[in-house]
Amino acid sequence: MVETRHCEQQTAMSWPCAGEGGRTGDWRSMKPVLDPAKCIAAKKDSIVCMLCWVFCPDNVITRTAPPEIDLEYCKGCGICMEVCPSQAITMVPENEGQPALNVEETGCDV
Amino acid sequence: MTSNPSAVSVITGNKAAAEAARLARVQVVAAYPITPQSQVVEALASYVETGLLNAEFITVESEHSAMGVCIGASIGGSRVFTASSANGLAYMCEQLSWAAGSRLPIVMGCANRAMSAPWNVLNDQQDAMSQRDQGWIQLYCRDNQEIFDTFLQAFRLAEEVHLPVMVCYDGFILSHTVMPVEIPTQEEVDAFLPPFQSSTIVDLADPRNINPVTLANPRGNVEGTLCHGYMEFRSMMQRAHVDALTAIDRIDEEFASQFGRRTGGTTRSYLLEDAEVVLMAAGSLASEATVAADFLREKGVAAGVLGLRSYRPFPVEKVVAQLKNARLVTVFDKSLSYGYGGPIFIDTQAALFASEKRPQMHSYIAGLGGRDIKARELADAAQSSLDWLNEDKGPKEAQWLNLQL
Amino acid sequence: MATNILSLPEQEFMLPGNRACAGCSIGIIFRHVTKALDGKAAFVVPASCFTVLCGMYPSSSVTVPIINSVFPGTAACASGLAASLERQGKTDMTVVAMAGDGGTADIGIQALSGAAERGANILFICYDNEAYMNTGTQRSGMTPLAARTSTTPTLGKIQPPKDMPAILEAHGIPYIATASPGYPTDLYDKVQKARDIRGTRYMHLSAPCPAGWHYEAKDTVAMAKLAVETGTFILAETVEGVYRLTGRSLSMAKAGKRKPVREFIRTQGRFSRSSEEALDELQQWVDNRWEAAVHRHETS
Repeated sequence: MVETRHCEQQTAMSWPCAGEGGRTGDWRSMKPVLDPAKCIAAKKDSIVCMLCWVFCPDNVITRTAPPEIDLEYCKGCGICMEVCPSQAITMVPENEGQPALNVEETGCDV
Repeated sequence: MTSNPSAVSVITGNKAAAEAARLARVQVVAAYPITPQSQVVEALASYVETGLLNAEFITVESEHSAMGVCIGASIGGSRVFTASSANGLAYMCEQLSWAAGSRLPIVMGCANRAMSAPWNVLNDQQDAMSQRDQGWIQLYCRDNQEIFDTFLQAFRLAEEVHLPVMVCYDGFILSHTVMPVEIPTQEEVDAFLPPFQSSTIVDLADPRNINPVTLANPRGNVEGTLCHGYMEFRSMMQRAHVDALTAIDRIDEEFASQFGRRTGGTTRSYLLEDAEVVLMAAGSLASEATVAADFLREKGVAAGVLGLRSYRPFPVEKVVAQLKNARLVTVFDKSLSYGYGGPIFIDTQAALFASEKRPQMHSYIAGLGGRDIKARELADAAQSSLDWLNEDKGPKEAQWLNLQL
Repeated sequence: MATNILSLPEQEFMLPGNRACAGCSIGIIFRHVTKALDGKAAFVVPASCFTVLCGMYPSSSVTVPIINSVFPGTAACASGLAASLERQGKTDMTVVAMAGDGGTADIGIQALSGAAERGANILFICYDNEAYMNTGTQRSGMTPLAARTSTTPTLGKIQPPKDMPAILEAHGIPYIATASPGYPTDLYDKVQKARDIRGTRYMHLSAPCPAGWHYEAKDTVAMAKLAVETGTFILAETVEGVYRLTGRSLSMAKAGKRKPVREFIRTQGRFSRSSEEALDELQQWVDNRWEAAVHRHETS
């Protein structure tokens, strides 16, 4: 990647790419942890409740039972914890000493 | 009234502009009134209402929105048109830059008018000149036939080089003055300028973010291809402008081979071959200057005219080639870069700097805010410059013609 | 029939890993707007926080077409685009203008008013985060009374915000609605209703902003709900001139219950130094608007 002539674009147009802003999971200081024992959907093993999915501003929670959180991109806002009616999600400090995620590994060059 | 067959109509410059837009089969027109342009969009409104033109006619609330509509419509894949003047053009300012940066083939008319304050609705070229660096091609017309012809050529040009084109013509002097204009038939126009082939980039199957924030430096995309930074896009825009010089002349040649008349492309010369003194101007003043050259020729002065048709891109090589053998060039600017001088004078002087042979150059500021300027006065000015030279009086400051101060 | 949470479509049109701040309500808004439109929409976007979310060249964080526009010209660009697409027979998408409060109520109001008067076939969505958040929380025409911003740094704003839905209503457009990311199904239903109406449709969305309102990111949904539950933001719609409260605002009006404004602003740093008098004035402003809305709903 040393020159831009292969780009062949006359004007600026972007195409979709997850992680355009890099691994936004790096922004977190706290991460959401879901306790299946408390999660309504997990307990019923069916698509119910789903408030965490509905209100996630980053589209990192799946509409599944139990919901899964994509920690690569979750920014750690904590909204899911707040909207969970059964307190199944808690925000816990990120592990200190864990190596920082490598930005080069994302699809996009930040 | 002007449909078929090819016929000569006696019409205003504004009407010539509207007729050209109609025959170009523009698909979206944004309309906002301003003197002296209003008649253009009025004529187009009546064409649309009476079915002479099948277009979306959008009566916006401002010139800023007029260009906004043009940008949206052009991105949406239509051939678009609007027209403005003076404060209206200035109000479009950021949209003009946006249109050019988006490389959209928008064609607009500018019936040149003085900038306020104080209020003045009459002609000079300060409005368009003030928008010089927005990235638009600017073409200046000498008469109403040239207005009509230039618009048709402008659509071809814009769609080929992917740059917006502003067709400039002097307010009132051309916009409101009737002249005979040969109007070809729709079929003839279609043969030169085929109906627009739409190709919108707004596509659900291939969703793109058009004109997003672009960084200073190149950045890789998801496939790993390094994509342009802001400067690369701007460099390509400059290249497109420079390349447009050839395209403007070529399109005029093609036009001439079909219609038997030419605009001159980037410049239009008159009696230049043996000219000792050249009168240089853009717009109707270039036409007036040919009469002045005739006066001078009658007196035995070898005078000629260089009409500047394309101000941006500036036809450096052509200008130099046509001026370098003259002894004196008098440039008549109908606008001013305040604190320096006439824009055409400044650019021409700069263009000639690298030439080994170069003429003496004198600058005249003329016709601001509608101040009348006659062919005789142009001839007198050129003669006085020649006298100045003959008397070896050295550098001459820019002179304001007919100034009563 | 009103949509419920579980009947909201699963398909997403916004990708994770975008540049929006943590806890930004625009993500919630955009997700449900695009779900309601089934992704069949082209968005015209002025300079705004949403521009940031959409990402920088050459990558995009959304999977619908985005056309960036100059700040004041969103509605003009959108109306040109809508006319052009229709001209080209491309009728498979709704043209949505999506601007912040500055791009709608301040610098964008002229183009919006012009488009609305012409009846341009666009859905204009204002996400109102109540200040110029993208440039660092400067006061806008939508900043509430008493709120501190970087250009009302000590005293807070001394004027109430514009009533944008009322301004648009005065244009006689066929559909106007307010909605909140705190009530996504209400939002979803309104977007679908707007989608199916021809002409200029206007939606004014509450858009809580943790960075600019100075609250914790986790509280965005709580803020959106409290704005409604205190009557500060009223959920309503005006269809062909007929006004009605909807969703939570409707049930509050029926129950005659409303929380005090101080409950909404208590955790917002932008009000932390506001005087009691200023907050009383804010409460009074909310009371007046709420009572007028309920009265209008009952008599409409």
